Amino acid sequence: MFKKLSHGPIERNILLLGVLTVITISIGGLAQIVPLFTVESTIERVQGVRPYTPLELAGRNIYVREGCYNCHSQMVRPFRDEAERYGHFSLAAESMYDRPFQWGSKRTGPDLARVGGRYSDDWHAAHLRNPRSIVPESIMPGYAFLDRPLDYANIAAHLRTLRGLGVPYTDEMIRNARADLEAQARPEADATGFNARYARARQGAFDGNPDRVTEMDALVAYLQMLGTLVNFRDVTPEQLRQQ
Amino acid sequence: MSASTADAAWTRSRSRAAETEYVEGPVKAFAVITLFWGIVGFLVGVVIASQLAWPALNLDLEWTTFGRLRPLHTSAVIFAFGGNALFCTSLYIVQRTSRARLFGGDDMGWFLFWGYQFVIVAAALGYVLGITQGKEYAEPEWYVDLWLTVVWVAYLIAFGGTLIRREEPHIYVANWFFLAFIITVAVLHLGNNVSIPVDLAAGGFSYSAPAGVQGAMIQWWYGHNAVGFFLTAGFLGMMYYIIPKQAERPVYSYRLSIVHFWSLIFLYIWAGPHHLHYTALPDWVQTLGMVFSVMLWMPSWGGMINGIMTLSGAWDKLRTNPGLRFSVTAVGFYGMSTFEGPVMSIKAVNSLSHYTDWTIGHVHSGALGWNGLVTFGALYWLVPVLWRKSRMYSTALISWHFWLATLGIVLYITAMWVSGIMQGLMWRAYDELGFLQYSFVETVAAMHPYYVIRMLGGLMYLSGACLMAWNVFKTITMTEAEEAMPARQAAGSAVAAG
Repeated sequence: MFKKLSHGPIERNILLLGVLTVITISIGGLAQIVPLFTVESTIERVQGVRPYTPLELAGRNIYVREGCYNCHSQMVRPFRDEAERYGHFSLAAESMYDRPFQWGSKRTGPDLARVGGRYSDDWHAAHLRNPRSIVPESIMPGYAFLDRPLDYANIAAHLRTLRGLGVPYTDEMIRNARADLEAQARPEADATGFNARYARARQGAFDGNPDRVTEMDALVAYLQMLGTLVNFRDVTPEQLRQQ
Repeated sequence: MSASTADAAWTRSRSRAAETEYVEGPVKAFAVITLFWGIVGFLVGVVIASQLAWPALNLDLEWTTFGRLRPLHTSAVIFAFGGNALFCTSLYIVQRTSRARLFGGDDMGWFLFWGYQFVIVAAALGYVLGITQGKEYAEPEWYVDLWLTVVWVAYLIAFGGTLIRREEPHIYVANWFFLAFIITVAVLHLGNNVSIPVDLAAGGFSYSAPAGVQGAMIQWWYGHNAVGFFLTAGFLGMMYYIIPKQAERPVYSYRLSIVHFWSLIFLYIWAGPHHLHYTALPDWVQTLGMVFSVMLWMPSWGGMINGIMTLSGAWDKLRTNPGLRFSVTAVGFYGMSTFEGPVMSIKAVNSLSHYTDWTIGHVHSGALGWNGLVTFGALYWLVPVLWRKSRMYSTALISWHFWLATLGIVLYITAMWVSGIMQGLMWRAYDELGFLQYSFVETVAAMHPYYVIRMLGGLMYLSGACLMAWNVFKTITMTEAEEAMPARQAAGSAVAAG
C-alpha cells in the first residue's frame, strides 16, 4: 500500500513540489494569526487606553529609532517577582495602538512597561544624558545628543497615517496636532483643548527647559506615560479574560 | 520541451565533450563577499559585546550606540554573511545537480549579486542613521523591503527556472530545502512588512499595519521562521550537497530526507509563539507554540542524523580533511541547539530563560556553531573547485581556524549560560524577610565578567575568520608551482552529483 504513496512524482515535478510546500508552510501561520484578528476578546475590555498625544508619539518614534527595544522589554509577565519589581502584568489592550509593538525580547536593562511616573522628569533627562552619573553600574549608552530641536513639522501627517490604520484620532486631534505637541511641552501654555482631547496626559518641561521643544522632551514625555493609562483599581477579573 | 528534445538533451549531457557551461562568475563573487560580510558582522559583534562590558565604547554618538549597532550586527551576520553564503551555494548546487546552466545566465547571476549587495548596504546605512522599523531582524524600512522583494522574486525565477531546465529526472534533496527556503522567506517577508509610509517627501518613515498583540504574533511568526527557513532549511540544503561531496559518500537515508523535510517545514511555522510566553498573547497560542516547538526536536535531529551518518565508512576523512571537520562539527552544533531550543520553549524553563543572556547564548550556538561552521566547511570545499585548484593553500591554517572557532564558541556559549541562568535566578530571588533580594542594577553589575569572556570568545571566532580570508586569498592567487609543492591533498575530487 505504501508503494502507492511514492515521493517520486513530487520530486520530479517542481510545480507540485512548490505548491505542496506553500500549503505545508501556510497552515501553522494561518491557524495562529487569523484568530487574533477575529476573536474579539484577544484584547481585554478595559477602560483608559487612548491614542498617544502628538508629543508622546514623537517620543515613541525616537525610542524606536534609537533601538531601545534591543535592551528594554515592555511586557511585564504574570509572576510574583515581576509584579513587585515592575507592577501589574501587561495587558494586550495596553499596546493596542503600538505600531510597531515594543514588547522586546531581552532585558539588558529593566522592563519599561510601567516606568511612567516612577521617577521625576529631571531624573529621566539627567539619566538619559549620562546614565552613569545617576546609576554608576549602568551600562546604558549616553543620549545627550537628544537635547536638540524636535522635528515635528509633519506630525499631523503621522496622526493621519495612523488613523488610516484604525487609530481613533479625530479630525480635531489632527487639526491641532502641532499646537497640542507644543502645549504639552510648555507647562505655562493654555491646555484646555489639549486636556479635553487626551485624558490623563500631563504637561511638563520634560527636559528642564520650557522654551524649546527637543527630542529629549518627546522621549521623556513618552517614558512618563508608559503603563499609566489603565487604572487597575477599576479593572475586574471578568474584563481581563482573554480567549 | 518536447520528449524527443529532452531525450536528446539527456544524451548530450551524458557525453563529457558537451559539458554544460555553468554560471560561475557570480558564484565566485558570492563566495568572496560571504567572507567579507562575515568578517564585518563578526567585528561589529565584538564591538557591541565590548560595549556591554565597557559602556564608554558607545562613544555617546548617535551612530555608534548599542541600540543602533546591534541590528547592524544581526543583519550583517544573518542576511549578509548567511544570505550570501546561501546564494553562493544554492546557485552552484542547483546548476550541478540539475546539469543545467543557471536560468537567465550570467546576467541573472550578476543581477542577484549586485541587487542583494545593494539591499545590504541600504539597510546597514539606515540602521546607523536611525531609519528602522523597530522589529527584530526586520528592521529595514519599506523602500529596502520593496527592493529586496524584487531581488527575491528574481532569485525564485532563477532557481526555479534552472530546476525546470534540469536534465536529471529527479530534483535533488538539497534543492527541496533551497526551494522551501526561497518560497517561505518570500511569504514571511511580505507578511511581516506590511506598512504605510507617513510622507513620501519626508524620508523613509512608516507605521506597520498590525499593532500590539497581532503585530507581536506576526513578528515572531516571521522572526522564528527566519531562523527556521533562512538559517535552517537553506543551510540544510547546503549540508545535503557539501557533506556527501566531502565524504565522497551518498546521503545516509533517502527516506529520512523525505520524512524530515516535510515534517520540518510543517512544524517550524507553528513555533513562533514560544518567543512570547507569558506575554499578553492569548494562552492558547502560547500553548500551541510550545507543543509544536517540542515536536520540532524530532525532524531537526532527523536532519542531524542524516548529515552525520553520511560519514558511515568515511570517518577516517575527518583526520585528513579539516574542511569536513567543520561541516560535521557544524551538524553537531545544529543537533545541540535544536535540542536546547525545544527545552527553552517549555513554558516553565522559558519563565527563567526569557529576557536573559541564555537566549543570546542559544542563538549563538546555532549561528556560530551551525551556520558559521557549515559555511566555512562549504567554502573550504568550494573555493578550490571554483578556482580550479587542487587544494586549499594551507591545511594547517584550516586547522588553526577550526580550533580558534570551536574554542571561541565554547567560551561564548558557556559564558552566556552562566550569565543567563544567574540573571534569571537573581531577578526572582527573595531574601529571608520576603523582599526581592537584588535591585536590577546589581544583576547588571554581576554580568560584567561573563560579558568580557563572551567578547574574548567572539574575538577568537573573528580571528579564525581572518585566517580563513588569508587562506582563501592565497588559494585564489596560488601559482601552479606553489600548488605542486608537497601538501596534503584536499578534498576537491569531482564526484558526480545527485
